[in-house]
Amino acid sequence: MSDLFLVGNASGFSGDRIDAAPPVVRTLVRRGLPAALFFECLAERTIALAQIEKRRDPDAGYEPMLERLLEPILADCARAGIPILGNFGAANPMAAARCVARLARRLGLPELRIGVVTGDDVSGSVDLNALPVHEADAGLDMSAWTLVSANAYIGAAPLARALAQGAQVVVAGRTSDPSLAIAPLMHHFGWPEDDWRNLAVGAACGHLLECGSQLTGGVFWDPGFKDIPDPANIGFPIAEVGRDGSLLVTKAEDTGGLVDLRSVKEQLLYELHDPAAYLTPDVVMDITGVTMEQAGKDRVALRGVQGHARPERLKVTACYEGSWLGEGEVSVAGPNALARARATADVLLQRVKQRGLARRARADLIGVSAVHDSDDGALWRSYDGPEPPDIRIRLAVEATTRDDADQASREVLAMLCCGTAGTSGARWRVTPRILTRSFLVPREMVPTEVTVREARLWN
Amino acid sequence: MELNNTMVEVPLHRVAHSRAGDKGNRVNLSLMPYDPVLYPLLAEQVTEERVLALFRHRGATRCRRYDLPLIHAFNFIVDDALEGGVNGALNLDGHGKSHSFRLLGMTVRVPAASLPAAG
Repeated sequence: MSDLFLVGNASGFSGDRIDAAPPVVRTLVRRGLPAALFFECLAERTIALAQIEKRRDPDAGYEPMLERLLEPILADCARAGIPILGNFGAANPMAAARCVARLARRLGLPELRIGVVTGDDVSGSVDLNALPVHEADAGLDMSAWTLVSANAYIGAAPLARALAQGAQVVVAGRTSDPSLAIAPLMHHFGWPEDDWRNLAVGAACGHLLECGSQLTGGVFWDPGFKDIPDPANIGFPIAEVGRDGSLLVTKAEDTGGLVDLRSVKEQLLYELHDPAAYLTPDVVMDITGVTMEQAGKDRVALRGVQGHARPERLKVTACYEGSWLGEGEVSVAGPNALARARATADVLLQRVKQRGLARRARADLIGVSAVHDSDDGALWRSYDGPEPPDIRIRLAVEATTRDDADQASREVLAMLCCGTAGTSGARWRVTPRILTRSFLVPREMVPTEVTVREARLWN
Repeated sequence: MELNNTMVEVPLHRVAHSRAGDKGNRVNLSLMPYDPVLYPLLAEQVTEERVLALFRHRGATRCRRYDLPLIHAFNFIVDDALEGGVNGALNLDGHGKSHSFRLLGMTVRVPAASLPAAG
């Protein structure tokens, strides 16, 4: 058994670049060390959208790009003995496994062993009303919401069980993101479930890799200040983990992007709260003692990750269908654009209010102040900088019904005739809102199940 | 050079980098000086109060700073900064990922000699 294990990542969210995997797999194969590859495809609300898809079609509800993601690399990974793990099962892991099986058979791999981990979907088995609410969500009023999905963030153990049963592809729904990296390490090194020190190294590996290119130049890139090579072809990350708990991060060979102290620090702290207690279902990671060093071009070594006993309870995120979002935009440009934009915004807000269409409304002046502004427009109302040449006015409302949201967003259209001089370029749309709330659930309420069989046997 | 001992006021963006992340209605903002020599100076000037003030207009209620001196980094947690976050915000940026650059717009006073060549 090798003392070094490689973990590659080829997706940081559902919607990531579809051609990330081949350079990662080529690098893993060239290195010739034992390795695994994982895909992270589930943001907080992705699973609710997948659940809605599944209601429409019982064979849908998993990552829609699954076949495209796996097709270029499945045969190479099978040949090289590189297992693939992913939460691409979303709301329907069994249907995702059937999709992988069809692909494997088409590629002449009928013996490929496909494993499925289920049990994360607790919408029918756990009474959410009886559970404590996760602290960050305590203030939300959910009385008018309809439950769409409820999934527990399950840990690495069932994924590692699937690997132990010979799975070459492991399909999961909701797992904690770092668990996708911890599982192959547990399996390869035989780390027990209470080896907090090593599991914390695995959690650090997973945390650094789970957002894909965010470790290797994505999100990092700031032209003229933090430049990266070939941003159109950023290489996805690879970690080298040692039996002794050493950890080094790098990226696919012959690609763009970079791995340096700056990019690794940014990702290490990404979405982190208390650096002494990063909670995963497998271990509590503590990075307060971490040091890092550039160990070569695009190679950063980390030391000093500490681990503490895993939390007693698992996090469950429930998704609800709530209200409707209506949005509309129009543009003004040229002399006196700022005054015309402010007047347009005020009239839109007044129209929505006097027609009683929205629970909440907001206007942005894109080109003056938008993403950093507040619902009451504190920044664009007080703006006293130079006259912007081109401003887009955006109205956004939260409405109780689809029709109210539609009526409100169409107020921008009416401004083409009723608005200020030179108002143009109306666009409007309505989208259902998915709202989420997190709870804490005792582990024993979330039993998991592992099913592994060959591609020819999945129908 | 005597000139280089003078202090100049610059946006944090000239001397440091940051990344924003969200959890519910909270935003986390990392902050790292490019030159570790500036770490104590940022610790003194980029206070919880000043960072909270950047998000007051959005209803932020609390800011906590965690220091990671071994890697010359800070982690700021700002509560109630996202007007509901992905859950409820009407803002185009429900995830709040753009807020690293609100932080980087804050000004600090640094020795002129510590400034990197302008980007």
